[in-house]
Amino acid sequence: MSLTELHLALLAGAPRHGYDIKQEHDSWFPDTRPLPYGQVYATLARLQRDGLAEVVETRVDGGPERTVYALTADGAVRLRAWLAEPAAPTGAGAEEIVRKTVSVLHTGIDVAGFVARQRAAHLRRIRDLQATPPGAGPAERLVREHLIAHLDADLRWLELATELLPSPDDQPTVRPDEREPA
Amino acid sequence: MSTVELSGVSHAYGRTQALSDVSMTVEPGEVVAVTGPSGCGKSTLLMLAAGVLRAQSGRITVAGTDLAGADDASRARFRRREIGLVLQFGQLVPDLSVRDNVALPLLLGGHRPADARAAADGWLERVGLDVAPDTLPADLSGGQAQLAAGARALVAGPRLLLADEPTASLDATSGRALLDLLVNTTVQAGGSVVLVSHDNAVAARADREIRLRRGTIAHQVALS
Ligand SMILES: Nc1ncnc2c1ncn2[C@@H]1O[C@H](COP(=O)(O)OP(=O)(O)O)[C@@H](O)[C@H]1O
Ligand SMILES: [Mg+2]
Repeated sequence: MSLTELHLALLAGAPRHGYDIKQEHDSWFPDTRPLPYGQVYATLARLQRDGLAEVVETRVDGGPERTVYALTADGAVRLRAWLAEPAAPTGAGAEEIVRKTVSVLHTGIDVAGFVARQRAAHLRRIRDLQATPPGAGPAERLVREHLIAHLDADLRWLELATELLPSPDDQPTVRPDEREPA
Repeated sequence: MSTVELSGVSHAYGRTQALSDVSMTVEPGEVVAVTGPSGCGKSTLLMLAAGVLRAQSGRITVAGTDLAGADDASRARFRRREIGLVLQFGQLVPDLSVRDNVALPLLLGGHRPADARAAADGWLERVGLDVAPDTLPADLSGGQAQLAAGARALVAGPRLLLADEPTASLDATSGRALLDLLVNTTVQAGGSVVLVSHDNAVAARADREIRLRRGTIAHQVALS
């Protein structure tokens, strides 16, 4: 389930508490369903149990007590392993390619390599689908064309994503809370 | 010996740097797709490999022949014999019939006119161009001109087929059919193909993708 790895990506920039992770997630994916708190806490507990994240601090700044989590070395390895694999070229229900691409662009982990691998995975799949098996009727061909059109849409979106968003390669992003005080 | 070899090739139009320090090879029997957003230098790369443009720096060899070393006449002769070129808008000779346009590489190469025209008719049929052979280019649609350009590129059995957006004016089905013909004919004869396109359906036909970004190679990745 890639929501686990997505949490690792959300923790990659800086240690965060649950509320902060939810906010970050909702700003990465402004048009999708906001991440429910319950899910964040359940995922953080699982990450901690599996040694992928650890508690680094308990903050009390006037308000409620907040537990701050950070990636462990194992968590960072797991995140990189996730991003080293292209998303399955399904061409439909393609949230995984969106999650990975957005994570890559935010974390700056091997952006160029990711794009190359993802394009290759999609292009290979398109090629396989274009090779219509002998005896395939018009209906089978139509189903394949539907998949090809979706894969093509994924690739165009990926192109747009890499052209539009500043990648950390080009432009180091400095978070407001990491900026030196003026 | 590689069919095409570019090493450290750069090209500028005035102040526009279209290509910067590009190195790549295409092997015999290989199909390479050169992709990337518009303006990234794809057509420039193709025109350099075709010997239509002269490289301002770097070295380009096709089948072992240094294109920069040759004079214009021998470059044209070499191109006619070894290279099939399909340009984006067909680029037919306006005052020659479709048949003579397709026969042109053979006519210029000294073949008997009757043989050249018979070969042209055969290729016009194979690409599926359904017009009278004496039709003039002005009376063809964009897609028909592209089919004729495909026939012209194949007529001399090139060792290297270079195609710039070869399906841009065709619908999906006829585009795919032309692409199949261009690729299969050339590769089965042991030749190599370079497909320049921003169309993913075209890129998916290749064994390798070379992706350009702002005049440099962003990545190369094997697809087969
Ligand atoms: N004949 C020309 N004169 C001036 N600039 C050109 C010419 N041809 C191409 N360019 C410029 O060179 C760059 C690369 O163009 P081109 O090779 O045609 O890219 P692509 O085929 O990938 O769209 C672009 O910025 C384009 O505007
Ligand atoms: Mg072009």
